[in-house]
Order: sequence, then structure tokens, then C-alpha cells
Amino acid sequence: MTHPSDTGPAPVLALKDVAKSFGAVRALRGVSLELFPGEVHALAGENGAGKSTLIKTLAGVHRPDAGRVLLDGEPVVFHGPGDARDAGIAVIYQEPTLFPDLSIAENIFMGRLPRRAFGRIDHKATRAATAALMKRLGVELDPDRPASGLSIADQQIVEIAKALSFDARVLIMDEPTAALTGSEVARLFGVVRTLREQGAAVLFISHRLEEIFEICRRVTTLRDGAWIATEQVAGMTEDDLVRRMVGRDLDELYPKQDVTPGEVALSVRRLTREGVFTDVSFDVRRGEIVGLAGLVGAGRTEVARAVFGIDRWDAGEVVVDGRPLTSGAPSTAMAAGLALVPEDRRAQGLVMDMSIERNIGLTGLRTTVRAGLMDRGAERSRALDWAIRLQVKYARIADTVNTLSGGNQQKVVLAKWLATGPQVLIVDEPTRGIDVGTKAEVHRLLSELAADGVAVLMISSDLPEILGMADRVLVMHEGRLTAEIARTEATEETVMAAATGRAAA
Amino acid sequence: MTVTTPDRAPVAEAPRSSGTRLVDRVFKVRELAILVVFLVMIAVTQAGNSEFLSEQGVKDLLLNATILVLVATGQSLVVITRNVDLSVGSTLGISAFAAGTYLHGGGDPVIAIVLAVLLGVGFGLLNGLLVSLGQVPALVVTLGTLYVIRGIDSIWVGSRQITAADLPNPFVDFGSGGLSAVPWLALIALVVLIATACYLKHFGSGRELYALGSNPEAALLAGIPVRRRILAAYTFCGGLAGLAGAMYLARFGNVDSSTGNGYELTVVSAVVVGGVVFTGGSGSVYGAALGALLLTSINSVLPALGVSSVWVLAINGVLLLLAIAIDRVVAVRVASALRKKSAAARTAAAKTPAAKTAAAKTPVEKTPVEKAAVKTPVTKGDAHDA
Repeated sequence: MTHPSDTGPAPVLALKDVAKSFGAVRALRGVSLELFPGEVHALAGENGAGKSTLIKTLAGVHRPDAGRVLLDGEPVVFHGPGDARDAGIAVIYQEPTLFPDLSIAENIFMGRLPRRAFGRIDHKATRAATAALMKRLGVELDPDRPASGLSIADQQIVEIAKALSFDARVLIMDEPTAALTGSEVARLFGVVRTLREQGAAVLFISHRLEEIFEICRRVTTLRDGAWIATEQVAGMTEDDLVRRMVGRDLDELYPKQDVTPGEVALSVRRLTREGVFTDVSFDVRRGEIVGLAGLVGAGRTEVARAVFGIDRWDAGEVVVDGRPLTSGAPSTAMAAGLALVPEDRRAQGLVMDMSIERNIGLTGLRTTVRAGLMDRGAERSRALDWAIRLQVKYARIADTVNTLSGGNQQKVVLAKWLATGPQVLIVDEPTRGIDVGTKAEVHRLLSELAADGVAVLMISSDLPEILGMADRVLVMHEGRLTAEIARTEATEETVMAAATGRAAA
Repeated sequence: MTVTTPDRAPVAEAPRSSGTRLVDRVFKVRELAILVVFLVMIAVTQAGNSEFLSEQGVKDLLLNATILVLVATGQSLVVITRNVDLSVGSTLGISAFAAGTYLHGGGDPVIAIVLAVLLGVGFGLLNGLLVSLGQVPALVVTLGTLYVIRGIDSIWVGSRQITAADLPNPFVDFGSGGLSAVPWLALIALVVLIATACYLKHFGSGRELYALGSNPEAALLAGIPVRRRILAAYTFCGGLAGLAGAMYLARFGNVDSSTGNGYELTVVSAVVVGGVVFTGGSGSVYGAALGALLLTSINSVLPALGVSSVWVLAINGVLLLLAIAIDRVVAVRVASALRKKSAAARTAAAKTPAAKTAAAKTPVEKTPVEKAAVKTPVTKGDAHDA
């Protein structure tokens, strides 16, 4: 744990013993951080460790309750994001914050659009400056097109262009790579290296640990809002880092229990939805975890949606415990014991402004009823029971779910569905965007459920997760099931071959 | 780090591609469509009744639209910020009566107009403060102020009435006079309209209204003074409602405690028919003005064609629904066109070496990244694109 503040140049931006609370939750306590010019500094920690709060403190969104923010060694108070930006601090948030109706050029310069005589906006200069930025980033994006409809990667490019446009001395990137493909990550890192060489300080946050090792010099770890360590990346291993973040040795990331599969719980026969997927047949037995792998757009999520009854199917049948389901009727699917944990928890899994209690209670609106009225007591105890079983971290069960970190939100979605006592559980990307600690917990939970006799169908784009957790791997390619691979034979190569359509099934 | 600062001479001419023109065209088409509907309607009416476009006919048409155009212009600003001001009808009524009372006591017409505007500004400020500080939905807040202002108006006015006979002659003449067929009132509305449109397009704070309607969260993060902008939009809207009150007095000369009752809904209809999107961030005041022109002229067209005026409301309603339906279809079309454009650009970028040269600007140690890419090649990153 080194603090090399007496070597080299002074830090551009620093936090000294900063504390910040939201109500009863102490998001940060006694956190210090120093960012040096020409340094890429990683910020590591599990979901809910306080990373987002720290970033927002640096960005002028939050003001610390205690401690100081130092700019070039001088204490400063940012009264808003505008102040931080004027000080040369650029932040790229996890979810891009663009104006869909405005042009790319306006998005980049909003709040400080170039002016000409009489304070009028210089549209031409705005456009030209944007074109120059795009050229510099090596991207072909029309400055005049609206931001609406841009891919996540392109939105990120616009955010980076925004940071470049005002000569940022400090660039803060909150999980910029979460939604990017390999080549897009390479392009992003190219930009980061250029900035570093030009003397900018970069604060980099990522759940992909290998990226921290690739691009960062030092790493600061937070746990439960407290500063744990700041150290050189060189010489550390991923295990060291995980230990700092989790505070203990992480038990196995893929704690798969061996089970003997029971009878068939979910049987899908020749299921077809025209233009989306064709002739999909598979079984999931009790006690089994079946992985569903494939490339983006292969139709995995669509199959899950159809099986659960959200979308209609055109041909084929779905049978749960020997009873056929009706096409396009989620309520009959639920009654038959099916549960679906969707891929986008914010949009599809949760009502963000509702309490944890009510969110978990949503699946019990028909069962936690007494004399025709909602039984509030039963709803609360059901929610508490599951929140405790899944170790959801919250202040009060009546808090809204948008106050929770991503990993804990995912646990609430799981709790909501597990509370229905499902026979068949379909999980779509169960661990996307959540930290290693919670990831391992989710895996252990899935494994325990399977051991209890639940049939689990797990869709995942995380290949190690598929290989680590699944008893069998189904692979889809362009709307068709191309392979069924047993656990013993499943490797990255066999799965990828089937996913890209290279192997004959 | 060298960045092309915008005040420097433009380095390169920005590329103009099909996407831009598509979007530009859509917005222009949206306003053009209303204009075409309007012109067709006028032409048909003229064909059926040659008296319709007489000098007096044109004048009436413009006079009728003027007041609605003014209020709709103000309302557009508020709607663009993803808010709404339902109190404009009450504000119009009370300012009209205030100006009338002042003139009845022998006041100066110019001061009467200023008085009406100031009263409107006051109520606009009140609305703006409540909405921006209270963090309460504007629909509810301004519904409240609608009743409060109307209530104050009723208590103050009682059963009194102001008629043209109470007003100084120059003021009444100003209300009905003009440059041949173009009334003075319409000229004032036109000036206000052009000035507002220019402000929205060419001034930073104007574009920021669009920005904060488009994504309030991002507006905050971009350092836009959100509350101040919303306050300004409401104040402007209130001021125009006050001005419209003075115009109303000049035009009709007849004001009582029910003046402007229910007007807010006509205003909101005009704005929406004119293509200002109710969820904020897009639309123009020209569109809103055209919407106002279209809605008011239906009132004159139907009688001229011998159709009973009981049809007016139903036709206005149908227009409103049509406008919303068209907006929805257009939005979906544009979104899919833009997605296709992105996808095409990406495929093209993947084929050309442009992306590679960018990455190669600084030496990229390819191996670790590509290893990472191979490690989890089943990425879902593109899912957002689909």
C-alpha cells in the first residue's frame, strides 16, 4: 500500500478523508485518492462499495459531508457539474448521458456552445470542431445526426469526444467497456493511451479485472465505502485484487454441485416463431442447469420470451410437468411453475421507484391475499424472508430499489421470482454488470436451486460462466439450435464453433 | 493535448450525409404538412365560397389566429422543456381585465399593455418557481394555479364587465386596424414568433431548453442551470399570455370574469398539432403557430361552407389524434432509419482500415485485448443496437 505522493509531479486531483452519507447509508468514509498526470488509475470494488459516489463527488454532483477535494493541491468546492467541468474534469458515466433529440455536435458542446457576434451560436464552428474530433478518434459519425439511434459504443465515442473537446486534464470513466466488443475496447484503449501520453490523469473503473491489469498503473480499492488500499498494479495477481475487493478469499466463482438429473420438467418441441427462431427443441430436467449460449441476435432471449409466453409462437409446443402451455400467456406459464429473470433488470425486472418489499411482492399479488385484499403483513414477511435468504444489502425494506447497487438489484429480481417457488427457472444474463462477489453468490444460489430439484435454463454471453455452471450446453446460431454439448465435452472451442455456425450439429 | 477550439477557423468542412438531410427533411415535412392541410382547406373553402378570401375575410382569419399564436408560442417553450402550463387561459383572462380596468380609468394604452404583460410575467414566475423548486409534475401544479388565478379573477371581477365603450378609441382602433388586410395584432404576433424562433435556434440558452427536455438527467450533468431555464420558460410563457390578454381586450373589447375559460386546452392542442412533442425536446414554434392557424381557421371555414359550427370541436379532436398518430409513425420510421444508418456505418468502418489506423495511432499491444476478446467472444454488446 504505497502513497507515492512525494515522488514525481503533484496530483492534479485528490480526495482527502472524504465522507458522504445518504440518510442512514454511509456511502463513503475516510476515502483518499490521488490522481497524477500521465497516470491511468483503477478504482476497484464490488457493487455498492462506493465507486459511483466517489465519481460523483469528483464530478461535482455530490458535495462531501467531510473531507476535501484538492485541485492542484488547493482545496476546491464544486457547486455543480459545471464547476468540475470548468476545472478540466470530464466524466464518462456507465450509462451514456446524451440528448437523443439533439445532434451529435450539440451533444458534445451543450452547455458551452461556441458563440459568435451577439451571443449567437456558431453552428458552423460547432460542426467543424465535432468533425475534427471525430477524425481524431478515427470514427465516422455525422456531426449533424441526432444522438437517438446510436449504438452504445457510438454513444460512448460521443462522450469521449465531449471529454476531448474541452482539454480534460482528468478523465473519469465508469465501466466504459461494459457494453463494448473486443475491437471497440481496443479502440477505446488506444484513445486512453493517447490521453495518458498527453499528460491527462485517467480514473478507470471496470469489472473486467484483466482490463485493469492491461491499462492501469495503480489501483485503489474500496470496500463498503472505506478505502482499503492503493497499490501498484505490477506484481499483483487477479486473486490479490479480488481478495482486496471482497475482503476474504473468494470461494470458487463457479460452485457447481454435481446432481443426478430427475424427470423432465420443461420440454420444448419444434418451437418456431417466424423470422425469429425455427424448430427449437430441448428438455430441461429437474436438478439440471442447462446453459444456452450463442452470439448476439442468435435468438436465445427470444426463445426464453416465447417459452414464458411473453411473445406468441407460431408452431410447436411447450410442456411443463406434462402440461402443455398456451401460446402468449405468461399467467398460465407462471401458474405451471415457470419463472423468468429477464436480461435487463432496470427496464424489465424491476419497478425502479417502488420499494424492495413491493417489488418482491409483485409476483405474489394473487397469492398474498386475504378476503380479497392484499395482506400487507404477509407481503412484508415474504419479502423480508427472501431478501435475507439472498443477503440483499439494504437500509430498509421499504427503500426504493433504485437506491440499491446493481448486484443487489439483481438479487431483488431473483428474490421476486424465487418467492413464487418455481419448478422451472429461466435466467437471462444473470450476472451481467455485477461484481465478482455477488456473481459467485448468484452462481451458488443457482447451484443450490438445481440441487433442490429446480430445472434451470441459463442464458449467458459469459462463456466461462456457461462452461463453469452448466450441466449441458445448448448453442444457438441464427435462430436455430446448432449443438447440444455435454459438460464434459464443452470447451470454448466447441461452443464457439457451434455459435458461429462452423460445426455441423 | 491540442483541440480545435471552436473560435478558430473551421478546419474541415463537416461532412453532410444522408442521415442529416433525412432528419432535417422530416422536421420540415412535419411543418410543411400542416401548411399544406391549411392551404388545401383554404382553397377548397374559397372554391365553395368566393367571398371567403375577401380583404375582410383574410383579416378575420388572421385576427382570430393571432391570440392563439401568441399563447401557443409561449406554451411551446414550456412543452419543449417537458413541462406544460395549464394556467395560460386564466392568466389571459385576468390580464385582459386588469388592462381594461386601467384603461376604463383613463389610462394610457401602452402602459395598459405593459401592465398586462407584467401581470402575466408574475404568474409565469409563480408557476416556474413551483415547478422548478417543488419538483412536482407541472400538469398538477399549473392545474392548481389555473384555478387559483381564475378564483382571484372571479372574486375581483365579480359580475362586472368591460365593454368596448369603456375603452379609449385609439386602443379599439388599434385592435381592429392594420396594414390593409394584415392587422397590427398579427404583425405583433409575427414579430414575437420570429424572435422566439431565432432565440431557440441561435442562442445557447435556447438550445438548452431542448436539451433539458430531451434528457433532464443529462442536462444536469452537462452543467445546464436547469431550474433557471425552466423558470425562464414559464416566465416567458406567462408574459405572452399577459400580452395575449391585452390583445384580446383590443380585439373584442368585451371582457368579464369568464374570459379565457378553457383556453389552455385549445393552446395545448395547437402546440401538439403543430408537432411540438409533448414529452419534450423537439418541435418548433413555427409548427405551433401553424397549428394555431389551422385550428382557428376551421372555425371560419365551416360556416363559410355552410357546415354547422357544432362540428368544430369534433374536427379539432380528430386533428389532434391525427397529429399524434403521425408523430408516432414518423418517430418510429426515423428511429429505424437512423439505426440502419449506424449499422451500415459500422459495417463500412469494419471493412475500411479507418478504424485500424485510429487504434494504431498509439502502439496498441494487440495481444491482451484480443485475448480478452477471444475469451468472451459471445458478447451481447450489440444487443442495444438491434
